[in-house]
Amino acid sequence: MATQVLENLPALKPVELTISSRFAKNVRRNFFERVIEFILLLAALSAVATTVAIVWVLLYESLGFFRHVSLIDFFTDTQWTPLFEDAHYGIMPLVSGTLTTSAIALMVAVPVGTVSAIYLSEFASHKTREIVKPILELLVGVPTVVFGYFALLFVTPMLQKIFPELPGFNMLGPGIVMGIMIIPYISSIAEDAMRAVPMNMREGSYAMGATRFQTAIRVVTPAAISGIIAAYTLGISRAVGETMVVALAAGQQPNLTFNPMESAATITAYIVQVAMGDLPHGSIGYQSIFAAGLVLMTMTLFFNVLGHMARKKFRQAY
Amino acid sequence: MTTHAPITNSGNAISQSAVLENLAEVRVMIRRRKRNDYLFSVIGLLALMVGLITLLTLFINLVMDGYPRFNLEFLGNYPSRRAAHAGLLSAWVGSILVMLVTFVSAVPMGVAAGIYLEEYAKKNWLADLIEINVSNLAGVPSIVYGLLALGLFGYILDLGQSILTAGLTLGLLILPIVIVSTREAIRAIPVAIREAAYAVGATKWQVVSQHVLHYSFGGILTGVIIGMARALGETAPLITIGALTFIAFLPPSPVTTTPPFLNFEWLSSGFTVMPIQMFNWLSRPDHAFHINAAATGAIIIVVTLLMNGTAIWLRYKMRKKIKW
Repeated sequence: MATQVLENLPALKPVELTISSRFAKNVRRNFFERVIEFILLLAALSAVATTVAIVWVLLYESLGFFRHVSLIDFFTDTQWTPLFEDAHYGIMPLVSGTLTTSAIALMVAVPVGTVSAIYLSEFASHKTREIVKPILELLVGVPTVVFGYFALLFVTPMLQKIFPELPGFNMLGPGIVMGIMIIPYISSIAEDAMRAVPMNMREGSYAMGATRFQTAIRVVTPAAISGIIAAYTLGISRAVGETMVVALAAGQQPNLTFNPMESAATITAYIVQVAMGDLPHGSIGYQSIFAAGLVLMTMTLFFNVLGHMARKKFRQAY
Repeated sequence: MTTHAPITNSGNAISQSAVLENLAEVRVMIRRRKRNDYLFSVIGLLALMVGLITLLTLFINLVMDGYPRFNLEFLGNYPSRRAAHAGLLSAWVGSILVMLVTFVSAVPMGVAAGIYLEEYAKKNWLADLIEINVSNLAGVPSIVYGLLALGLFGYILDLGQSILTAGLTLGLLILPIVIVSTREAIRAIPVAIREAAYAVGATKWQVVSQHVLHYSFGGILTGVIIGMARALGETAPLITIGALTFIAFLPPSPVTTTPPFLNFEWLSSGFTVMPIQMFNWLSRPDHAFHINAAATGAIIIVVTLLMNGTAIWLRYKMRKKIKW
């Protein structure tokens, strides 16, 4: 284009043409830039659209469910049998299963994850950290169905040697496996929080004669507590939403109990169980998994908000 | 004066013995604290080992249990009622096809969204809204994506229980991963690179597409690989949309011998994937099928570990190589 302009130079008024052609080029360029920006914006808005779609689908199908089932029954009935002749719609047995397996998982993951994080951040040499962190990341990448295999055919038989009365489906085994699964999430986020604590706080502590352990427990941990709580929050939402491990190893029978030695279905396990069968669209069974999903989302949201509030309360500024 | 002297003397004597006593106490205390330090480092190391040992046990367990099925027949056979003849053919082909859809749907979208948030978005409510949504989506349980897909793709858009539905579902699932890693990769590029490009007259899009994307390619690739590995192992959302477990046929081939050489019928075909096949075999009471499940698990774990390992290695390499 530029060469064309140059060739035509003697025949035309040179200055004017250059300006107007540049102007045209700029207009085209600006238009193109705007189009690009708009396309990129649309892509970014897909995240918002996904959230809206999730909330909408869950609410819409749940509304159909709650047209048949009163909220009082939903929260007070002690049985969950939507697919039986004698249908009961009490969500509590599923909630108790979810809470029990999650509690066991957290009992494993919180201590081990926190100690790992303190060790990695305050004790480990650079070399150890370089080796261990990638391994922890690999553990995060292991698909959950494989952990389900582990819970069903390795951990539960092992536990049965210790507790002979433990049934083949129980909440203890999958709970422990879920805990191990969550350790890397907790340890890596908690470690990041601890490493972000300014060095001069540690140096101040060492200067007063504190040991590494004292510094880690009394200075670094309190300073990083907001990040550590964030790590726990993530751990809780992982545990509550985990599906394959509990669907495979915790059993399919809704059971209102907090005893880890019994078998009980979780919310997620129920959804999987129903989805395996082919339920007609619009039936009460079909709608019930959306109601269960809504409860699951609400629980996750509740724990996240709780974590957010705790983080705000304990946040340290330095 | 004289009356005070004995007191001071005796006071000195007391303090001296006190100091000696105190010193012994302090030494005991120091020893105890040092022991605590040592004790904790042992406990810490043990805690770290939990993850490593589990990973090793899990893998060894799978390989040992699944050993009898490690042969080409296992990869070449369809599922069967007889465990010894059942194979993984439809599952691994299904996995690859679903991953293809996931890649095509999630990567361009995620990278574009990441670019928008890092390079274009102004600091306003819209950017905040998108950002909050991205971080929230990363925390949504995967099975909820399955419910979304069942309601939205399955019934409203009427895509059925197809490869397209599955791929789009997993695409939505890994979208936050791709967005976050794109943003991180872009953020690591110094402003000087952009300024240099602007200084010679480049437009914003030219800066982004020719410089920013070029330098952040490695980082984005890392995130994409991690996301794809996640999608490969994901089971729950695909079960929710109603993936069939007994598929004794292959979807129509995407590539044909006659023009136009491409065929999109496979998108609407029924499918199964490796994790679902594993879940199905695992939920049967017959132990012979558990062997198949173990072999499948070993294959899944090797592939996902290889993918994740590549991503981690890539990131490590880049961190060492790039010095701005």
